[in-house]
Amino acid sequence: MTDRHRGEARFEALLAAEEKVEPPDWMPDGYRKTLIRQIAQHAHSEVIGMQPEANWISRAPTLKRKAILMAKVQDEAGHGLYLYSAAETLGITRDEMMRLLHEGKHKYSSIFNYPTLSWADIGCIGWLVDGAAITNQVMLTRCSYGPYARGMVRICKEESFHQRQGFEIMATLSRGTPAQRQMAQDGLDRWWWPSLMMFGPHDSASTHSRQSMEWKIKRVSNDDLRQQFVDMTVPQAEYLGLAIPDPDLRWNAERGHYDFGEIDWDEFWAVVKGNGPMNRERIAHKRAAWEDGAWVREAAAAYAARRRDAVA
Amino acid sequence: MSYSVPRLPEERDGDFSPQGRDGSSGWPLWEVFIRQRRGMSHIHAGSLHAPDGEMALQSARDVYTRRGEGVSLWVVRSSDITASDADEADSLFEPTADKPYRDATFYQVPTEVEWL
Ligand SMILES: [Fe+2]
Ligand SMILES: [Fe+2]
Repeated sequence: MTDRHRGEARFEALLAAEEKVEPPDWMPDGYRKTLIRQIAQHAHSEVIGMQPEANWISRAPTLKRKAILMAKVQDEAGHGLYLYSAAETLGITRDEMMRLLHEGKHKYSSIFNYPTLSWADIGCIGWLVDGAAITNQVMLTRCSYGPYARGMVRICKEESFHQRQGFEIMATLSRGTPAQRQMAQDGLDRWWWPSLMMFGPHDSASTHSRQSMEWKIKRVSNDDLRQQFVDMTVPQAEYLGLAIPDPDLRWNAERGHYDFGEIDWDEFWAVVKGNGPMNRERIAHKRAAWEDGAWVREAAAAYAARRRDAVA
Repeated sequence: MSYSVPRLPEERDGDFSPQGRDGSSGWPLWEVFIRQRRGMSHIHAGSLHAPDGEMALQSARDVYTRRGEGVSLWVVRSSDITASDADEADSLFEPTADKPYRDATFYQVPTEVEWL
């Protein structure tokens, strides 16, 4: 048996036995490339996702909210770093991933191409966007690639704080003045559909999904995850006394799930292709931060070199 | 799915060249180990890039211990770790399987005998 055959046989056996694949193991080229793409873009999403929220740090309504928001944004930076490390175990460098993001060759979750217009949007991001992310990330803790699955366990522990603080913002606003209530409703109106879009195209339109399921990278289909999210979130909106902007939304006793309307797929693909409200600004800001930080990286390297020389 | 991006028809995989893991503007990679409580061993938590050990420790504190995850940190240059070869795992670890007499459960103890 050749090395390749032996590697292939072991890879298949690991998947069948629900064991994790680890960095030094042989893996099919497609598996490696799919993971690099997915983990890097997941990392980029965490990092770009800091922008819409950081937009409100200086304008948070109270000192407590400001401290909470800073802690959350710092967590997202951490999530990006855990994930970049996981991607690096597959043989791509950090610099390469930065380059691909800055040049627009790697994308990030489209949800972060929507603007945060009011304080309620910070509530909506925590409640809906982190909520949708948790639905997906809980599934990914069972992913077949060890470093990615371990990163997800760490991230999921931190995410529940994110979702709760968002829900609390929404609860406070919806119990507030009529203007605050209206702000909460307006946020939900704008964030509901983009949040459902986070789960991606229909299963029927998602050819790569099937291969990812076979490799046990993905364990639940896009449509099933989306349904899970809707079923969890509708009663939460009812508790808040807010109306979900979907005339087709209703409980289906026969299925034991909520039925809901069709996503505007034209908008979905337009934003994925780079024509959302904030695509250009997000990348421009990211590049500027990278370039403005160059002197810090250089200074740190010079400091380390000087200390090395002093020891030698 | 969330936090991942649907594929565009024109997208191609593998637009990168594998270069190994030392490559954040030349900063080497460090593995981070955390001692959760006194009395426990340091356990691997993840990795990060930093120009030297001191700065690696500072970053490790920010990245891996934001919620009281530990009372002590180690950072080790990833390139200084010598790992066993995954391909030799069978020959390295298999021999223990045919030596059950290394386990206490291998031995029969008369029920009337105590403290054994
Ligand atoms: Fe996150
Ligand atoms: Fe989050």
